Amino acid sequence: MLEDKDRIFQNLYNDFGADLISAKQRGDWKDTKEICGKGREWIINEIKASELRGRGGAGFPTGLKWSFAPKEVGSRPHYLVINADESEPGTCKDRDILRFEPHKLIEGCLISSYAVNAHKCYIYIRGEYFNEGQKLQTAIDEAYKDGLLGKNSAGTDWELDIYIHYGAGAYICGEETALLESIEGKKGQPRLKPPFPALIGLYGCPTIINNVETISVVPTILRRGGKWFSSLGRPKNTGSKIYCISGNVNNPCNVEEEMGIPLKELIEKHAGGVIGGWDNLKAVIPGGSSMPLLPKETCETIKMDFDACVENKTGLGTAGIVVINKDQDIIKCMARIARFYKHESCGQCTPCREGSGWMWRMLERMAKGEATRDEVDMLLDVTKQIEGHTICAFGEGSSWPVQGLIRNFKDEIIERNKFDPIVKKQKDIPYLVDQHLLEKENA
Amino acid sequence: MAIKKISKTQPENFEFNKKNKETADSIIKNYPSGKQQSAVMALLYLAQKQNDNWIPLSAMKYIAKYLDMPYIKVYEVATFYSMYNLTPVGKYFFQVCTTTPCMLRGAYNLVDVCKRKISEEENRLSKDGKTSWLEVECLGACVNAPMLQLNEDYYEDLDSKKLEQIIDKISNDEVPQPGSYRGRLSSEPENTRKTLIGNKNA
Repeated sequence: MLEDKDRIFQNLYNDFGADLISAKQRGDWKDTKEICGKGREWIINEIKASELRGRGGAGFPTGLKWSFAPKEVGSRPHYLVINADESEPGTCKDRDILRFEPHKLIEGCLISSYAVNAHKCYIYIRGEYFNEGQKLQTAIDEAYKDGLLGKNSAGTDWELDIYIHYGAGAYICGEETALLESIEGKKGQPRLKPPFPALIGLYGCPTIINNVETISVVPTILRRGGKWFSSLGRPKNTGSKIYCISGNVNNPCNVEEEMGIPLKELIEKHAGGVIGGWDNLKAVIPGGSSMPLLPKETCETIKMDFDACVENKTGLGTAGIVVINKDQDIIKCMARIARFYKHESCGQCTPCREGSGWMWRMLERMAKGEATRDEVDMLLDVTKQIEGHTICAFGEGSSWPVQGLIRNFKDEIIERNKFDPIVKKQKDIPYLVDQHLLEKENA
Repeated sequence: MAIKKISKTQPENFEFNKKNKETADSIIKNYPSGKQQSAVMALLYLAQKQNDNWIPLSAMKYIAKYLDMPYIKVYEVATFYSMYNLTPVGKYFFQVCTTTPCMLRGAYNLVDVCKRKISEEENRLSKDGKTSWLEVECLGACVNAPMLQLNEDYYEDLDSKKLEQIIDKISNDEVPQPGSYRGRLSSEPENTRKTLIGNKNA
């Protein structure tokens, strides 16, 4: 277990208050000038040495991403965009950073902007987080007043302005190119990649986009050294991470822990155990709703980091852990997730727009036991038709949870939907395509 | 992509009041010159607040002129994002999160209370005309589930009884205290906190 002194977010539970004075007492804004004085190369190399991976879900190495930005500013200005459009079901870590640790984020913005040559930084907050946005705005105003932002920010001789841009309730805007479209005042529909935003992003200018948590840990990493950060966890899966544990546990909570902590320890120790005891556990969604669920057997042993999750055919994602116990109907839970994706599909690519609705309707019928046995395979086929055939990763995000359900609980679905219309000759099933076969004898 | 219905009754004219005009102008300055279109989302939100929590078509036309962009582009944005209400909603607008993490902790009990105490159907005004409710997707407070959003505030850690009390207060035009209804200040684990012990109540 991580020791308290190694936790980056000391104010995760708001024991001290989020204002600038108490933030400074916790060590924020200390030596910011000296850190920037060491130069861009040093900052980027130190982040590379820390092996920090993006905390927004995809886990892309942050130092590498920063190095994609052009070294010199050409005719187009550079931008830094912070993704605070946290809408993944099961995830609520960025909200706590915005309201309790805003100065970690603002200082991170300054250092990262300096590293990628950006003078303007936009923070895209989801519209529902109105109060959190106001708290961040208060912190930004405090920083301006204290000379930490604006011209010659914190004595670094670097000019930086931070603006908040509110979203308006679209999950897809968490996808980086959709987010850029949204800032430009358009519908949030993802762009084709390449060109990647690092070269052609916001207003056609080089743009680096990072998650709130990624940027907020940067100042601490630079102060304590990349080596310290990489000493936590294991190679390629380093550092600490805020885990959100929700669902059927006794004490749902956010907790900052070392990468690679066993899932069982997170649930039993921090979240007070599964409601009804560990044996009452049915399944766990380990990384926000987009990731395939894990059956109980895997939950016993799995360690929560990027690579271990991939080995178990799932993903760490945003580390939003949703615990489902045996009192729940697992098919219904997944049908509700499918409804979420049907609602949030942006409608740009046909496989996703149509397929997400199909998956939802089929799962709803399966939950009621109205589907036929063959439809289980048909549903799997639909998910395969969506996955990889869309512009953005939403296609994968919507089909993986359904694939996870079928992979782990196929027997249960078939148990509930066991009737076979061909053999038993049940008639008047309106959605059955080959109804005519029923009319034939010996079909 | 949510299905959006445009209200059949529409006011003829819309104009920002003086204060909102100032706010709008300062928001436009956040973006590079010539990129004023970026402010469309914020301006729509301002218009919605000014116009009793919904956006009429005349406001979209007004914003299109204000930002020197085609009307259809504003219409696209207003119909794409789910937080813009294009038909009148209640002065007190309950949005109940029912996505899986909330559902696991009984969000549909809250929906039942809303059906019983506000209106049978979503987006229909209550008898006194003050409140309406809507089932929405994840609001990003899963650890404090089940929860709902009332206008701009989050009400967390609810159950049927507590929601009934909230609705009763609202019908007397009293706005109850937002936040957790189990006395949590944040998303810390209740009773069993194992981390940052030294900071507790510092």
